[in-house]
Amino acid sequence: MTITIDGKEYTFTPGQTVYEVARDNGIAIPVLCHQEQLKPVGACRVCVVEVQGARSLVASCAMPAEKGMVVTTTSERVLKARRLTVELLLTQGHHNCLVCESNGDCVLQSLAYSLGIDTPRFAEPPTVKPLEQANEMIVRDMNKCILCGLCVRACNEIQVNQVLDFSGRGPTASVGPAFNLAYEDSSCVFCGECVRLCPVGALYEKQGRFKSRAGEARKVRTTCEYCGVGCQMDLNVKDGKVVKVSTPRWNATPPNHGSLCIKGRFGFDFLDSPERLTKPLIRVDGELKEASWDEAVAYVADKLAVIKEKNGPDSVAGFSSARCTNEENYLFQKFLRAVIGTNNVDHCVRL
Amino acid sequence: MTNSIADMEESKCFLITGTNTTENHPVISTFIKRAVTQRGAKLILADPRNIELAKFATVHLRQRPGTDIAWLNGMMNVIIAEGLANEAFISERTENYDALKETVKKYTPEYVEKITGIPAGDLKTAARLYATSGASSIVYAMGITQHVTGTDNVKSCANLAMLTGNIGRPGTGVNPLRGQNNVQGACDMACLPGNLPAYKKVAEDAERKPFEDAWGVKLPGKPGLTIPLVVEGAAKGTIKALYVMGENPMMSDPDITHVEHAFKNLELLIVQDIFLTETGRLAHVVLPSAAWAEKEGTFTNTERRVQRVRKAVGTPGEARDDWRIITDIANKMGANWNYDSARAVFEEVAKVTASYAGITYERIEHKGIQWPCPTKEHPGTPILHSVAFTRGKGLFSVCEYQPPAEQTDADYPFALTTGRILYQYHTATMSRRSKGLNSRTPEAFVEINTDDAKKLGISQGDRVEITSRRGTIEVVADVSGRVDKGVVFIPFHYSEAAVNRLTIAAIDPVANIPQYKVCAVKLRKVA
Ligand code: SF4
Ligand code: SF4
Ligand code: SF4
Ligand code: FES
Repeated sequence: MTITIDGKEYTFTPGQTVYEVARDNGIAIPVLCHQEQLKPVGACRVCVVEVQGARSLVASCAMPAEKGMVVTTTSERVLKARRLTVELLLTQGHHNCLVCESNGDCVLQSLAYSLGIDTPRFAEPPTVKPLEQANEMIVRDMNKCILCGLCVRACNEIQVNQVLDFSGRGPTASVGPAFNLAYEDSSCVFCGECVRLCPVGALYEKQGRFKSRAGEARKVRTTCEYCGVGCQMDLNVKDGKVVKVSTPRWNATPPNHGSLCIKGRFGFDFLDSPERLTKPLIRVDGELKEASWDEAVAYVADKLAVIKEKNGPDSVAGFSSARCTNEENYLFQKFLRAVIGTNNVDHCVRL
Repeated sequence: MTNSIADMEESKCFLITGTNTTENHPVISTFIKRAVTQRGAKLILADPRNIELAKFATVHLRQRPGTDIAWLNGMMNVIIAEGLANEAFISERTENYDALKETVKKYTPEYVEKITGIPAGDLKTAARLYATSGASSIVYAMGITQHVTGTDNVKSCANLAMLTGNIGRPGTGVNPLRGQNNVQGACDMACLPGNLPAYKKVAEDAERKPFEDAWGVKLPGKPGLTIPLVVEGAAKGTIKALYVMGENPMMSDPDITHVEHAFKNLELLIVQDIFLTETGRLAHVVLPSAAWAEKEGTFTNTERRVQRVRKAVGTPGEARDDWRIITDIANKMGANWNYDSARAVFEEVAKVTASYAGITYERIEHKGIQWPCPTKEHPGTPILHSVAFTRGKGLFSVCEYQPPAEQTDADYPFALTTGRILYQYHTATMSRRSKGLNSRTPEAFVEINTDDAKKLGISQGDRVEITSRRGTIEVVADVSGRVDKGVVFIPFHYSEAAVNRLTIAAIDPVANIPQYKVCAVKLRKVA
């Protein structure tokens, strides 16, 4: 089956949306409220296109492709509609990009830029809503919320934590936990999925605030070190420190497809704890005293050699760790078996 | 896991037991919750506590702690009695079915109700759901293994899967969720007393020989001691030196008063870690190591996926990579190791470990590979046992219910179970030093049933003293319907109220897993 987009014919599989067919063929239709893991809702109308024979413009992210359909993605009519939509979104809140945590990584900002909107036609609302920042993890700045609903769908459709919903109508419309509770007073479990999907600076990580602007941090892909799910995540590094953990807004990499839990997303700051061990310690007269690596390595090697000599290799044992890497675990057991000569090696698999 | 995490979305029915998945494997729980809410999958929850997943359960079996074999046998009894067993699968792929049939005969739903407290009708519903869904998956974790009968609990799960042919296909399987990030890898790499890498047996000459050749030394053929037996040996004085890397047995082991006594008896205790842990404080030498964001390497997740760990930042002070510390000590003792990086170690791992043979850092640059991956061309193995079991035919094991090692009585009337919670992790060395995580649950607590609390005059937030035959701790009361009457739950993350001062060192005779999940205690409100 084929469909015509911007004058060219493309084949598609039934069930695909117009947006998907375009995307698969390298035609970029901008989207805002759409994300691949979620059911399309067609709420923001940023992705509108002209379909021959249809009276009004249609939201391409929610429109199933049909045989023989003729679609135009960038006519003047389409661009005008998109511009109006984005201008209205911009004037719904206080979009002070200068101090916004999402500056440079904001879908709304990019849309405004690419559509050439220099000054929005409408005035900003007069009231400024207070920030919600009592909890240690997520800041909510509802002045920047554009009511796209991505956070609500992230919480309900991806994480199924069923915390967020829409409330109110018109000017009082808002998103958040039931009864307008703050996150920390609701049943929120701080998975941060809502932060991940929020396209603007309405939801952001507290620990990362003012630590790095978009593009400044180096992203290092790694595996979470907490539980056995093994989620893939990006450590955001600036000036030799991890300032934030993030995952792309859309990512099909197993096992987690971009989702994390509170531990993976917010549990990294122990790295900079002042209690980290920084020097080897050796017990002298009952107390642990700082020593050099040469001293510590020699101390361990000598003592182990003496004990092995006197009492045999089976008087030595080692506990390894399910926290350490495969490489470390491999060497640890090889050390006990091949260097000490005992099979007394175990780890906390049972604990 | 026999199957993949993503595969869970294909499942039509889950039997979830001994895992508080939303707290301990949160992202896996999202796959389960999506399957239930968006694709109509059924969920059978067998858990004494009213955990979050109960909200999504089609049926919730609240068994008395320590009675798992009874209800699992009961489900099989119903399945056989109602003709729901998968006869074709049984005759083609399994053996010893008659013995199983004989064993489960007496576990009628009514008999099981007496032992477990699960209403006979609920057990029947669960059995029918599991047997008839078309693709049922068993998901379990430490709540199944941390019992004196842990090995039999696991075998019973396998029996149930084989009986109904729920194995080797998408959406099925027996899927244990590994607790810590790299338990799977530590097992694969043979940090186990009886194994060499890829589960080769140290005691088998033919299996040991290739490692002797690869490492150029003669290796001991006598299996070593498990953790509980090493602790025993230290107490008795037969173990003189202990090297602990990245682990904190002074928090995680059962009956830690005994562990402390044993460790103080050692001539040499070496502790290698990123913080000075409770165990480190007893050490003769402490070696500062690199945290996960500070090193290169690989972890293997619960679905056997080997994935990269990458260095993002430097180590603090003089802390060093563990591989380097071990190498330095080995060479000081006369070994001739010349690894210069984690990658060099991994290349050796791939050489000696058949299931990892086809994996290289290059191949897992963007996406991890699930072992077995025997060659460089092999794509990895998302589903195990799809054509045959490792041993050929699947063996039905005969498992009888045995009461837990320590039962409640007039003096110690409550069954204590322990576990993890969402906001802390293991012995909490990291999570309590993370602002966000610790802010959620900074203090140890005990979950008590509302009725029990009323009888004892305990209200929400009261300080409560909990005593077992081994020790006493004091924590804050959390009164709710989350636990059943007669049961209390305490998370094990808090050193000032270390629940493992209470737990019993009784262990499963085969797997040597301590019985964390049940012991008998009494409670008292602290004035
Ligand atoms: S953090 Fe997670 S649970 Fe909390 S509101 Fe956001 S998506 Fe929902
Ligand atoms: S908070 Fe963000 S994701 Fe949620 S509705 Fe507002 S703009 Fe959209
Ligand atoms: S992010 Fe959460 S679920 Fe994922 S591996 Fe880390 S601890 Fe486990
Ligand atoms: S992206 Fe299509 S309607 Fe929002």
